[in-house]
Amino acid sequence: MSESLPIVEMRDISIEFPGVKALDGVDFRLFQGEVHALMGENGAGKSTLIKALTGVYKIDGGSIVVAGQERQFHGTGDAQSAGVSTVYQEVNLVTNLSIGENVMLGHEIRGAFGVNWRATHAAATEALATLGLEHLDTHKPLSTLSIAMQQLVAISRAMAVKAKVLILDEPTSSLDAAEVEGLFRVMRTLRDQGVAILFVSHFLDQIYAISDRLTILRNGKYEGEYLTRELDRHDLISKMIGKDLGTLSSLGGNRRVEERDYAAEVPLLDAKGLGRRGSIEPTDLAIHRGEVVGFAGLLGSGRTELARLLYGADRADEGEITLRGKRVDIKNPADGLDKRIAFSTENRRDEGIIADLTVRENMILAVQAERGWARPIPRKEQDELVEKYIAALNVRPADPNRLIKNLSGGNQQKVLLGRWLATKPELLILDEPTRGIDVGAKAEIQEAVAELAEDGVSVVFISSELEEVVRLSERIVVLKDHQKIGEIVNGPAITAQHVVDVIAAHGVEAAAESGIIDAEAGSHPTEAPHANVPAFAAPEEES
Amino acid sequence: MSTAARSNWLRELIRKPYFWGVVAIFALLALNVLKDPNYLALSVNPVNGNLVGNVVDILRASAPILMIAVGMSLVIATGGIDLSVGSVMAVSGAVAMVFMKDAGQSGSVGVALGAIGLALLVSAVLGAINGVLVAYIGLQPFISTLIMMLAGRGIAKVITEGQNTSATNDPFRWIANGFVIGLPVVFLLAIIIVIIVGLVVRRSALGLMIEAIGINPKASRMAGIKPSGLLLTVYILSAVLAGIAGIMSVGTVMTVDVSRTGYQMELDAILAVVIGGTSLAGGKFSIGGAVVGALLIATLDKTIVFLGISSSATPAFKAIVIVVLCLLQSDRVRSWFGQRRKPPQLKSDPTPVAPKQQKQEVPA
Amino acid sequence: MTTVQTPRVDAPVEASAFSKIVDRVKRVVSSNPSVLPTVAAIVIFVGMVIYGEVAYGRIVQYNTLSNLFINNAHLIILAVGMTFVILTGGIDLSVGSVIALSSVAGVMLANAGWNPWLVIVLMVLIGTVIGLASGILIQYFNVQPFIATLAMMFLGRGLAALLSTRPERLADDSPILWLGEQFKLIDGEKVNDVVITPGVIIALLVVLIAFFVLHRTRTGRTVYAIGGSESSSALMGLAVPRTKILVYVISGTLSGIAAVVYTSRLGIAQNITGIGWELDAIAATVIGGTLLTGGYGYVLGSVVGALVLGLMNVLITRDGGIPPEMTTIITGGILLVFVLLQRAVTSKRHT
Repeated sequence: MSESLPIVEMRDISIEFPGVKALDGVDFRLFQGEVHALMGENGAGKSTLIKALTGVYKIDGGSIVVAGQERQFHGTGDAQSAGVSTVYQEVNLVTNLSIGENVMLGHEIRGAFGVNWRATHAAATEALATLGLEHLDTHKPLSTLSIAMQQLVAISRAMAVKAKVLILDEPTSSLDAAEVEGLFRVMRTLRDQGVAILFVSHFLDQIYAISDRLTILRNGKYEGEYLTRELDRHDLISKMIGKDLGTLSSLGGNRRVEERDYAAEVPLLDAKGLGRRGSIEPTDLAIHRGEVVGFAGLLGSGRTELARLLYGADRADEGEITLRGKRVDIKNPADGLDKRIAFSTENRRDEGIIADLTVRENMILAVQAERGWARPIPRKEQDELVEKYIAALNVRPADPNRLIKNLSGGNQQKVLLGRWLATKPELLILDEPTRGIDVGAKAEIQEAVAELAEDGVSVVFISSELEEVVRLSERIVVLKDHQKIGEIVNGPAITAQHVVDVIAAHGVEAAAESGIIDAEAGSHPTEAPHANVPAFAAPEEES
Repeated sequence: MSTAARSNWLRELIRKPYFWGVVAIFALLALNVLKDPNYLALSVNPVNGNLVGNVVDILRASAPILMIAVGMSLVIATGGIDLSVGSVMAVSGAVAMVFMKDAGQSGSVGVALGAIGLALLVSAVLGAINGVLVAYIGLQPFISTLIMMLAGRGIAKVITEGQNTSATNDPFRWIANGFVIGLPVVFLLAIIIVIIVGLVVRRSALGLMIEAIGINPKASRMAGIKPSGLLLTVYILSAVLAGIAGIMSVGTVMTVDVSRTGYQMELDAILAVVIGGTSLAGGKFSIGGAVVGALLIATLDKTIVFLGISSSATPAFKAIVIVVLCLLQSDRVRSWFGQRRKPPQLKSDPTPVAPKQQKQEVPA
Repeated sequence: MTTVQTPRVDAPVEASAFSKIVDRVKRVVSSNPSVLPTVAAIVIFVGMVIYGEVAYGRIVQYNTLSNLFINNAHLIILAVGMTFVILTGGIDLSVGSVIALSSVAGVMLANAGWNPWLVIVLMVLIGTVIGLASGILIQYFNVQPFIATLAMMFLGRGLAALLSTRPERLADDSPILWLGEQFKLIDGEKVNDVVITPGVIIALLVVLIAFFVLHRTRTGRTVYAIGGSESSSALMGLAVPRTKILVYVISGTLSGIAAVVYTSRLGIAQNITGIGWELDAIAATVIGGTLLTGGYGYVLGSVVGALVLGLMNVLITRDGGIPPEMTTIITGGILLVFVLLQRAVTSKRHT
């Protein structure tokens, strides 16, 4: 690692959007010949910081110095010419053109008679060679390559334009273990060539396997910069979610659980081997009547993906679901509703609210959809229903005829919750119901969840805030890297710390097994300080 | 009414999207009155008790436009388009005329009803084809209805074997030319149909679901709406309404002109919908607005003829109006008029530095 | 680490010329999914020729084939322009009305005594201006392509009708007609000669230039890239806005040129000319293997598609049993079949 000046230095960066401070005085620096990881939970500001660097967003405060000069880029093209290239999670290449063309698009080699294809493809092969990919036939269409390989082609495109700084934004989300190892090999090669690599990911094992240094952001603020080998997993997680070890231990489960005889009780829903290629590995899951099941895990662990399969928002590739003892096939949300399942999405803007309709229309929509268009809900019934839920959930302003787009995020969330409650579901799935809403509204929603369970409704509660999950759930399903890695039956002694332990501990064993951690390549050996903690604690043994 | 209440009422009225359409209608009528002060005069024909006058002519001319405008509103609301309405009009007219010509019996109500029934059935089939292509096969609406637009006219020609077919049938003729309680039948029929459609759409949940699909198809699906059946219904409805328009159109002269019947009527339909305030991108729609739009177009057509301007100018003028209305509906122009954009965008001037944050722990 | 020298991955040294060709063909086919549909279009064309010869006779001979090119030169030019637009994932519904407006205006100006060469330039420019208007509406104001070009279609027809609703006839001695004059290239027996007009030469030039632009210039590759993914193209730093407007300008300009070619052959212009030609151009492009959703397609395929449509007309006329009214239905049906096939192929790819 070079001890000279950083090639990128961002100081005190602030960016404000109407109503929210996306970045608040963030520092960041990147040296040549290093892999630097940028970490943080959802909304921490990672992608905002990157967009600030490449000039997609204009900064409101602070300075950006690239290669010794203060710069303010006007977009990715501008940044690219200065040597700062970005490769995104969704591979931003064009699959209808050939591999070589994608590498050289925009910089094809021209001669007297237009583009000289032979020279262009040769240059492409040269760029691919810097990554060890010279064997690829550059004339083949890009679509013949896997996503992982396409990503490597995207990286070689950056090399073709002589990038000095390579930003990799969540490159591993769709890759399997072997493909990730291939990517890391390439990254190490480039790093050794002196390229400065900024690596954004939420997969802890990968961070420990590949990065030299890491910077943590939380809620738009700079939390710290650390040498990877000097920060252990637990500290890392704590800093990302903002609670220290002591506090984590004290946030315990408030729910008093009457002993549930899991063995004897027939679950309401029993999923076996439920999976979907690319989003969630085959998983077993049982949900009992009146049970609150929490899905816990870091971003990208597969919580939402699993939940969507239960509702029919996505179709499962494999596995089966048994509902009330009968095998069912849930093909679309209408099916899910018909089976008395409801699902509140985490993406309320794109998949939740119908912006130009009123609060009333949004609230009754699912019930109306079930009845079909020919049987409209009588106005009086609509009014009663809407008034009931506006009052119960404390929607403000309490005006059913207001357009939902004019409500605050928290109130929109409550209206959506009303929509699902109105369908009288037996299983209600809530995906990040308290995200982005104020404390008061949060508490109201959490209360509503507890009441539902008491009424016999089963609830799946998904949240990135571990303490919420621990506080509300009877049983916690822990997910990581697209699979379920364990279940914790909640009890008075269970705390968020236990969940963190499960996530951290599981990764070490699995990572060592799959070979992601490559000690021979000289990257830092991972320490597993808590490897001896059992994967989860059985509640029967706790007092 | 107090001044505050009155100005509120006025502001509400102005905000209605078709307000300017209504203003335009009155403006055009005023223009005509300028040329001939007796333009708006209504008189009663002593022989048969029918109302006579320019206004009556406008109402009669607006009938077919009302039909296709209403159908088009629903299709556009779902985020689609139906370019085939003009051709369906021609097909419907062709079917009716050929049926009546072959059947003879120029006074028979049964024949008239048979002709109408058959014409509407064929229209429904054409609409179903559009609907299946869009809803179940997933073709883009413009290409499916574009093909239907051009093939449809061919179908009309095949039905009439290329001839402009005429027929004689008094009951049929009466629909387009007759009067009842002094008012033109065709207009009353149109209004009744519009009211029926409006009631069905608004009293049932059909309108709500159509709007939901048009505004946010993903969220609608997550809420349990199944779009396919709805889309099929909407395209069939649009075609049937176009079929009715075709019957009204050929009934006036009892001849179907395979090249000219319904020619460029899709232009009128789209224009009426846009004037009525429905966005071409889909979402909330207004039947009342479509009515205003249709009346405006009929008034416009008659005014141009009355003022002696060549009627060949009209399509060009209508096209310009569509372009202008599209521009007014576009985001870029909206932002020129100061409406705030929601998503984060590049900002122009940086604000002062925020207070310093905690020191970083960077090891040597 | 030094850059590795690329080993040459060529055909084996001892290969015969034939297997080299086979390899080359294999590579071309596998590297571009649009090759197969275009080849299919050629096969269809050849098939139709054979069928026509067997069923009606006198198809495979010089004058029939010459006339095929002469009578469809304008359609070939239209199809080339449409290819550019459809490759980016857009559509241009105004091409037929541009021809109407351009030809009516041109003939009236020529008859009014204007310099014929100036008139020709103006006819082309009318197309350019309408194309530019479409492009700006689409790119700058975010109007959907079919709406913007539909509006232009109505506008063009309206303006043409404003100018004249009767057939306008070019003066018999107008130099413009020279572009439609037939020249014998090969003198066969009786009337069976290979004949060509300057219009056909213009069409062929257009095709060659379009081929060069699409396959040998950065702009052309940007057209394909936009069709593949507009957002990715923007992120890759390509000149997306400029290129999107450019394809509509190209389509409009080529429509203007097609107007010149058509009018010079017929000598008559009318405001109802060209009704339905947008469908013909789209059909020619789609038959030729260009995906309606963009990103895939060859301009040579569109030429074959235009010839397929032209030949279909010839066969229908020869047959005599099929009424001419069926032509639009058949064209529509063929287009529908191809669009459905495209949809079936692309949806299979996405699972």
